[in-house]
Order: sequence, then C-alpha cells, then structure tokens
Amino acid sequence: MTTLDDLRTTLAGNERLTEDLDRVREKPEAVGGLFPAAGRRYGREPLTDGWTTDEAARALLLAGSPTEEVLNAYRYGDTAEKLAVLKALPLLPIGDDGVPLLEDALRTNDTRLVAAALGPYADRLEPDAWRQAVLKCVFMGVPLAGVHRLHERADAPLKDMLRAFAAEREAAGREVPLDARNLLDETQEA
Amino acid sequence: MRIFDPHIHMTSRTTDDYQRMADSGVRAVVEPAFWLGQPRTGPGSFTDYFDSIIGWEPFRASQFGIRHHATIALNPKEANDPRCRPVLDLLPRYLAKDGVVAVGEIGYDSMTPAEDEAFAAQLALALDHELPALVHTPHRDKARGLQRSLDVVKESGIDPGRVALDHLNEVTVAAAKDAGVWLGFSIYPDTKMSPDRMVAILREYGPERVLVNSAADWGKSDPLLTVRTAEAMAKDGFSEDDVDRVLWRNPVEFYAQSGRLDLSDVTDTGATFAGNSILRGGS
Ligand SMILES: [Zn+2]
Repeated sequence: MTTLDDLRTTLAGNERLTEDLDRVREKPEAVGGLFPAAGRRYGREPLTDGWTTDEAARALLLAGSPTEEVLNAYRYGDTAEKLAVLKALPLLPIGDDGVPLLEDALRTNDTRLVAAALGPYADRLEPDAWRQAVLKCVFMGVPLAGVHRLHERADAPLKDMLRAFAAEREAAGREVPLDARNLLDETQEA
Repeated sequence: MRIFDPHIHMTSRTTDDYQRMADSGVRAVVEPAFWLGQPRTGPGSFTDYFDSIIGWEPFRASQFGIRHHATIALNPKEANDPRCRPVLDLLPRYLAKDGVVAVGEIGYDSMTPAEDEAFAAQLALALDHELPALVHTPHRDKARGLQRSLDVVKESGIDPGRVALDHLNEVTVAAAKDAGVWLGFSIYPDTKMSPDRMVAILREYGPERVLVNSAADWGKSDPLLTVRTAEAMAKDGFSEDDVDRVLWRNPVEFYAQSGRLDLSDVTDTGATFAGNSILRGGS
C-alpha cells in the first residue's frame, strides 16, 4: 500500500506544496483555505497507484494537521475533498477518530462517497455497520470489487442479508447484481 | 441548441425538471445561494445548505448530464438577522471550492444598514478570492436599489466586468449597461420579465454582456424559460450565433473569470449511472 513517505517522495519537487506544508506546520488553521484549493494550487495529474496530485497533496496537508482540522476538512468539504479525506484516512495517525466520517459518508446517497468509505480504514467499522454498508453497495450498484477485505470479512450474517436481498429481488422479477450473486455462492461453499 | 442557465435554484426543483431541462438542451447551470422561503435561524443551516449546493446537487445534476456549479454568499434578506450574520466568517472556506464560480447572491433587499455592511464585506471577499460577483437587485424600489448597488460596486474597487447585476428590466437596464457590468435578466412566467420583452431589450441594447436566466426556485417559475427565450430570439430573426452567444457563450465568459468553470465533461462525473438511486427510487 502507498504510504505517506511514498507520497512525500513523489511530490518532493512540487515547490508550492512544500511551502504550503511549512505554512500549515506554523499555522494549522491555514489548511482550511489550502485544502479546497489543492487542485488549482498543486495540479491534478495522475501519479502512481491510483493517486492524483491533488489527492496526494491533500493527504500530506492532512498528515501535517491536528485531528480537528482533518475533521473540519471533511465537514466543510465538497465531494472531491470528502473523497480525498476518506482516501487519506488509513494513512493518518488519528486512530479511530475518523470513524464518524465513514459513518457520515455511508449515510449519503452519493455512490462515490459510499464506495470510498469501504477502503482499508473500514477495518475500524463495527461488523454491523460494515455489513449494512456492503448491502448498501449492492443496493446502489456500487461494485463490490472496491470493498477492502470483502472476502475475508464476509460472514454468516452478511450472507443471510444478501440471501434475503436476492430473494426479494427475484420475487420482484428483478436482477441480482452478479458480484453479489458470486459472493453469496462463495460464502455458501465456505 | 445548448443552454447555460446562469441562475437557477435546483435545490427547489424536481428530477422531472432536470429531465425536461436536459431534453431541451440545458447542459450547464449555476445555482446561487439564496433565501429558502423559510427564514433560517443560524449559521449551521446555511452551511448545510452550502454543502448541498456544492455536494448533493451537482451529483443529482450529473445524473441528467447537466454540469452544476454554485455561487456562495449570505443573501441580503437574511443579512438582516443577527443570528445569521456569523455565517460571514465561514464563507472563506466555501469561496475556496473548485465548484464555486462567484460570490452571490449579494446586494439589496430592503436597503438597510445591515445589508450595506454585508454587501460591502462580500464584495471584498470576491476581491480576496478572485471571484466575480452576482448581485441581486431588489424587486421593490427598483430604480433606487439599482443606483445604490452600482455605487457600492464602484466603491468596492471590483472591476465592473466581474460583476453581474441580476433581475434587470426595461427601467434599470440602461444605467447598468452604462456602468459596464454584466446584465442579468430573469425570465418569469407572468410578471417581471417575459421572453418577448427580453427579445425587445436585446433588440434595443444588443447581446453584449447579457445573461438570460430562469431564476427558477420554490416560487412560481419555469426552468425552461431560458429555452423559450432562445426560441423567441430565433423567431424574431436573431441568428443562431446570437442565440448561442446569449444562452451559452456569455454565461461561460462571465463565470470563466473565476478560473474555476469546468465544462470539460458535461455528461460524466465518474459516478456510476447504474448506482443512481434517484432515478431508481431511493435506497
Ligand atoms: Zn435567485
């Protein structure tokens, strides 16, 4: 997995970012104006491992900020900013303090936010919340391929929920998404 | 025909409206922050509203292939409520967003001292954030309200070419044009301004710096009046190029001054169409 040090190395030549990271170190609240402007200030080019420059820069800005500013970045973020916070969460030294952000994202009806809430940081979600989130993905048509550790975590209660969902869909003459069907078959064998 | 509605409150509109707009050629909209009918009582309900017009509403619009940007401000009506004014301190966070292409709607409602203060403070924010400003002109006492708005704009030092004065009519258009600001016209179903009157104004004053919008919201309004105006222009003999200029290129030029207008992809924001719970009935 990509680490903060990888991102630092990749963006070491971005002078504007380097200056801004210094600014945030001196004055943490400056992140409130810099975080939203990341795309315009540092660029949006794709980097390696599925990161873009603005996402990586946002992760580094958050890594240099107190937890309160991380929570504010999400609270006041537009969708791209919220996605960047969710992506950065597993890299940040904030323990469980980011869990309410996942819960917030999972309450939305925005497929991008729901999908982003089920990355590696979702290991910190309680099993009940995680199962509901997976079921919500199936319901919304969010591909399960993006769910971190899906196959390891899929347990009997999730299987029951999926089976009930599939029965309901079949009764209505509607299709069951293939990835959900596959997961169901696979957990039935186990 | 491609239509850019530079002023419409989609928060108050249904998915049927989005569908009809998309079917009629509306491909981009700007949603200014404004009053919701029910007065708000504190900054928290403003920030939830701002979050909605920079978050959920662009997502909803994207599902119909419509690009959605917003403008952010404390509106003049609620600037009069001391419980709401602290939201001014939260505006810089929102004015830094990629999807925010102007400060607005600012301006006057009843021309009170509190409105003076909020108007001037927010023009200063527009300068700080290098954003254009969308100025609502009052519906009552219109001529005086317009003159006073132009005075405040002049005093602020903002380039008039970065300001749009909205809800103009036959009485107020000349002074606004002389001041060098953009000329906004809101086309309503039966009062204020109609497509035919709009065409007459375009004949008299020309298409330069003219912005035509529906200003559709929770009141009696019609999101397709931009389209009806385009049709009325064509019927009156305006060229296709003139129609495109007024209904697309002018608003693009005005909001592009923010440096943030992104029309690179009006049909895809990366969210899956299949995952669209709005079209499919909720999750
Ligand atoms: Zn309005």
